[in-house]
Amino acid sequence: MSDHTKTAVGGTATAVPPAAADPARERARLVRRQRRSRWDIKLSPYLYVSPFFILFLIVGLYPLVYTGFLSLFGWDRWAYHRGGFLGLDNYRFVLTDPIFLKSLVNTFTIFLMSSVPQVVIAVAVAALLDTRLRFRTFWRMSVLLPFVVAPTAVVLIFGSLFADQSGLINQCLASLNAHGLHFIHPVPWHSNRWASQLAISGMVNWRWTGYNTLIFLAAMQAVPRDLYESAAIDGAGRVRQFFSVTLPMIRPTMIFIIITSTIGGLQIFTEPRLFDDTVAREGGANHEYMTTTLYIYVRGIKEQMYGRASAAAWLLFMIIVAIALLNFGITRFLTRRSAA
Amino acid sequence: MNRRPGFLVYGLLGAFVIGSALPLYWSFVIGSHTKDQADSYPPPFWPGGHFLENARRVLDTVPFWHALINSIIVSTACGISVVFFSTLAGYAFAKLKFRGSNALMAFVVMTMTVPTQLAVVPLFVLMRDYHLLDTLVAVALPTLVTAFGVFFMRQYLVDAVPDELIEAARMDGCTMLRTFWIVAVPAARPAMSILFLFTFMQVWTDYMWPLVALQNKQTVQIALDQLKLTGQGQATDYALVLCGTAMATIPLLLLFVAAGRNLVTGIMQGAVKG
Repeated sequence: MSDHTKTAVGGTATAVPPAAADPARERARLVRRQRRSRWDIKLSPYLYVSPFFILFLIVGLYPLVYTGFLSLFGWDRWAYHRGGFLGLDNYRFVLTDPIFLKSLVNTFTIFLMSSVPQVVIAVAVAALLDTRLRFRTFWRMSVLLPFVVAPTAVVLIFGSLFADQSGLINQCLASLNAHGLHFIHPVPWHSNRWASQLAISGMVNWRWTGYNTLIFLAAMQAVPRDLYESAAIDGAGRVRQFFSVTLPMIRPTMIFIIITSTIGGLQIFTEPRLFDDTVAREGGANHEYMTTTLYIYVRGIKEQMYGRASAAAWLLFMIIVAIALLNFGITRFLTRRSAA
Repeated sequence: MNRRPGFLVYGLLGAFVIGSALPLYWSFVIGSHTKDQADSYPPPFWPGGHFLENARRVLDTVPFWHALINSIIVSTACGISVVFFSTLAGYAFAKLKFRGSNALMAFVVMTMTVPTQLAVVPLFVLMRDYHLLDTLVAVALPTLVTAFGVFFMRQYLVDAVPDELIEAARMDGCTMLRTFWIVAVPAARPAMSILFLFTFMQVWTDYMWPLVALQNKQTVQIALDQLKLTGQGQATDYALVLCGTAMATIPLLLLFVAAGRNLVTGIMQGAVKG
């Protein structure tokens, strides 16, 4: 599209008439050029934004809408074509599937265990960074280090630490037990529901806390410094300043992070799939830590039940949108109240 | 926040940074020992001398080089494509007036919150119907444009390009595209490199979509997955697995050393304006 404009440009630039003697011809050329320029101004913005929208429609929006469509149809396993219209049967199946319900609960518990500590620690570390530190860049970069480790690698590393038999953590626990602390026992990290979810949340926290720290830090640095000065004059100590100046001032960023981490945290896939040592890899022997995204993968890609997987995906999609809207509503409510 | 921080602040930060680095260090330590050393308790604390030996075993177990090249190709292609289209669209949204621009921009912002990952099933069917399964094209397609990219470039270009400069270029007879090229692109360069970095990392670290789209070909993440599977059923050979993990992380670590500063700036800039 932009190429088209470009050739038009080239045309104008090279079409210099050999003799500008003919005034009528010259005027016609100017008129043509002006008209072209007017179209250039009118059309160019649309041409510039259209590649994004066209591609997004094809690979983003269309598949999402098609998910909703597919969720109403059957599809024979391994068949190349869609089956008959089923109405809400797929939804009925999914909503009465104990595995789906379990995955939904897991999704929420893992999300809460991985986002709440993350936000709290990130705010605390950001407050530490928001001081007159030496080697500022060093600290900021170090905090971001886990972010460059791919989730896959994170799971493999933590998987070796959390291994049930030979893992470092259980070996430490076992040796503490052997040294007289008899109330301490190795933890069944892969078979206990809470323990496994705790391990998975730990991985998510480890990778994302530093990233969120930097976002909080940016927000804190935008807080006008004289607010702190006047708070200090009023006799507020550093802790008091943090709670009554910093925290209220970074609230928009807080909301932003809560919304983005909700969207990401409800779609966790890599960790539960790779943490699993069973052959089926469906989030533990009894789906102790199967998330809904993993459920969608298992039903849709592995078992080729396109309709059911689509129904599950559409349900999760609506949950995420609902939560995002709820967040948004709460924010509006809170900011309006604080403004009043 | 005016006083210089004391030991407590440095101590806490130090502890956090050690916690951030330790798991990565652990993968290098275990990955550089033999299987027996790696399984011993207490575990080794310093890196050992068997990294290359383990690396050779990794190369024997999974097609690591192929996976690496595939990852580089796909991540680079997506990075370039996202940067190009986002700069173009971001410039239009930031600097050009056209009917519907506000509505379209609102649409872009809205799509940032849409979890497109959930649409794996139709995407899979789509790729299958067009015979794109198991090709790198299929891996790259969903990330050729991102709403975040457009938003990011728009936010940056609003301030980075003075309107007078655009007018001056227009007065000099530049076409719209030429104005974009000689005014917007040079100003956008810092943001472009940050966006490239972001997209590159996003595609490089993605696991779910390549897993769905590829069957015989691999990206680095799929190769790691396969490496982990080889030990399944017996006691996992963590010297092998963590050596592979370290090998897979090294490229991004190098990128981080070279451009981590930009990454930090990018995240912090995006935050204030977002």
